[in-house]
Order: sequence, then C-alpha cells, then structure tokens
Amino acid sequence: MKDITHGASPQPYWNPYIAGLGLGLVLLASYVIMGRGLGASGAMTSLVAVGVDAVAPAHARTSEFFAEYLGDGTKNPLMDWLVFEVLGVFVGGFISGILAGRIRLTTEKGPNISTRGRLLFAFAGGTLMGIGAKLARGCTSGQALTGGAVLNVGSWAFMMAVFGGAYMLAYFMRRQWQ
Amino acid sequence: MSAPFYKFGLFGDNVSLILAFVIGIGFGFFLERAGFGNARKLAAQFYFTDLAVFKVMFTAIVTAMLGIFYLSWIGYLDLSLVYVSPTYIVPQVVGGLILGFGFVIGGYCPGTAAVSISTGRYDGMVFLAGVIAGIFIFGEAFPVVKEFYASTPMGIVTLPQLLNLPYGLIVFLVVAMAIGGFAGGTWVEKYVAARKKGAQS
Repeated sequence: MKDITHGASPQPYWNPYIAGLGLGLVLLASYVIMGRGLGASGAMTSLVAVGVDAVAPAHARTSEFFAEYLGDGTKNPLMDWLVFEVLGVFVGGFISGILAGRIRLTTEKGPNISTRGRLLFAFAGGTLMGIGAKLARGCTSGQALTGGAVLNVGSWAFMMAVFGGAYMLAYFMRRQWQ
Repeated sequence: MSAPFYKFGLFGDNVSLILAFVIGIGFGFFLERAGFGNARKLAAQFYFTDLAVFKVMFTAIVTAMLGIFYLSWIGYLDLSLVYVSPTYIVPQVVGGLILGFGFVIGGYCPGTAAVSISTGRYDGMVFLAGVIAGIFIFGEAFPVVKEFYASTPMGIVTLPQLLNLPYGLIVFLVVAMAIGGFAGGTWVEKYVAARKKGAQS
C-alpha cells in the first residue's frame, strides 16, 4: 500500500462495537435533544435546490421537488438543521482523522483497478446513491440508522434492500475492491 | 416528560442549528473512528472479509433503540413527539436496492462520503459529486417518478404496530437478532480469512 506510507503510520480503526456504541449514543442524543434522528442526503438536496435556484430561479420555484427544499422564501434554505448537522460531520471526521494520523490525499481502491477507473465508478455509484436516497426518502443515515432505532417499518425494509442490492452486485464489482 | 427538549421549547431554532453542528461532529467523529472514511473498509462488508459495516450499524441501532425504549418507559421521553417518517413500502424497497447498487459501485454512502472527503479521499469527493448529480437528476425527473414515489403509502407505522406485538418484545427480538448476527458475522470473517489463507498456500 504505497499510498499510506508517507509520514507517521495511521492508528488502527476502533473496535466496531465501541464505534457503534458511540454512534448510537450520538443518535440517541439527537432524539432526546431534538426529537429527530440523523441525516446526510437531505442536506445535499438543500444544496442542489439552492444551486438550481441560483442558476434558474423560475425553474426551481415551479419544480415541486426543489420548491419544497427552498421553502417560502422567508428564510435561507441553507439555515437548515440537516445542513448544519452535515457540516458537523465534515468537522468531526476531520478531528478524528487528524488525531489518528489518517488524513491522506489518496484514492481508496483495490489493486486491480486504475485510479481513473475507480473515480469513474465512484461517480456512477454516487449518482445511483443520490437517486436511490431520494426515492427511498433518505439514505443509510436518515432511513437505516435513524428509522431503524425507532423500528420504522419503511426503514427496516429499506435497510434489507440496501444490503440485498449491494450483495447482488458485489460479484461484478470485485475487481474494484479485491 | 421532559424530552425531546426542542419540542418542549427549551431552546429556539437558532440554538437548534448550533446543536445540529455539535451532534454532526459526534456523528462524523465516530464514523471516522469506525474506519468508514475508507471505501475499501466499507466495501469489505460485501465480500465477507470485514463485517464492520454491519457490526457498527447494528450496535448503533441497538444502542439508540434501547435508550429510546427505556427513556420512554420511565416517562422521560415523549415518543409521540419523536419524528417517525411515513412508510411508502415499494418505492423505499426499490430506492434501497438502487442505493445498495450505488454503495458497492461507489464505495460510500452520503454520510461516509463526507468523512472520507474531510480525511482527503479523492474518491469520496468524486462520489459526492455523483450524489449531487443523482439528486439533480431525480429532481428534474420528479414529474415522471412522482406517482411511483407516492405509491403504496402505509402512513407512520412501526414494527410493533405492523406485527401487533408489544414494543418491548420487538426490542428484545432485535437485540437477540443483533447478537446472533454479531456472532455469525465474526464466524464468517474467520471462515473467509481461513479459506483465503488456504488458497494462497
């Protein structure tokens, strides 16, 4: 692994049960403090809606989908709970990464694929993820974790489908990872 | 009853945004600690070599689920004020499948991509650009997909309500399932590692 040898070697990742406990307590705190769980794709949707509004305001306002995220114009759509939460995710990830010596400008991939190929797959996968998250009304954070903890039926069905979908395609993607 | 604090008016919208930022820091911190800023670590879940995704996710779900259950049981947390999103079963299953495809192709999900970006991963940055593109495509296609998106509504429904079983029993079953899954998962990891070793020698 030539990509992680400059500077000090990174610390190992935490035991998954300890990290999961921490994550669960953060989720619980969100429910106790706010009465709602976590999210990620919702904040990205606000960003897209604001972008569309900046380029083509008339189009954004008449779009049923984007208009919902833009609100009635009385407040800035980026002054949103999920937007601030996701900004925190970036900061929290950076704090953890720098404390563990894990900040690296690199591309994560298996040995059998070029960087260019990996980035193409990253973009394609991201696009599918964006479409899927909107259709499902949330992503791994907003549906699986958040809805999972309150035993939401749709969230549990969604979670099974996510694992099912990923395992279905895993064989065809093995060259990228193994 | 004194929680959720926000619903009981302990603070206003501006403070809620600061709290959102702080909660997000905690979320991002533990995602990175778990190794979820690294697409190879996440994708390993789907090749049975490292089931950290399953273990972390279910530990988190069980932790929060038990906390919510006990805090509501002792009368501290008012469950009727907790937001549960309505179920639209078919579009959510189809969306989940598409998202699962995206996960194994792209290597991240939206939250983990954020953490990968803040730790310098180029693939995470490109992945997020893809997510933005996907959301834009969905938004533009919304008039066409709207009917499907709003189909099979079941309202706000939880597993205890659907199965007509006590809340506490479902909580117990999920905990039992998770513990069984952790034991099974660890066994699978060892089995795959041993088989790989055998194939190399």
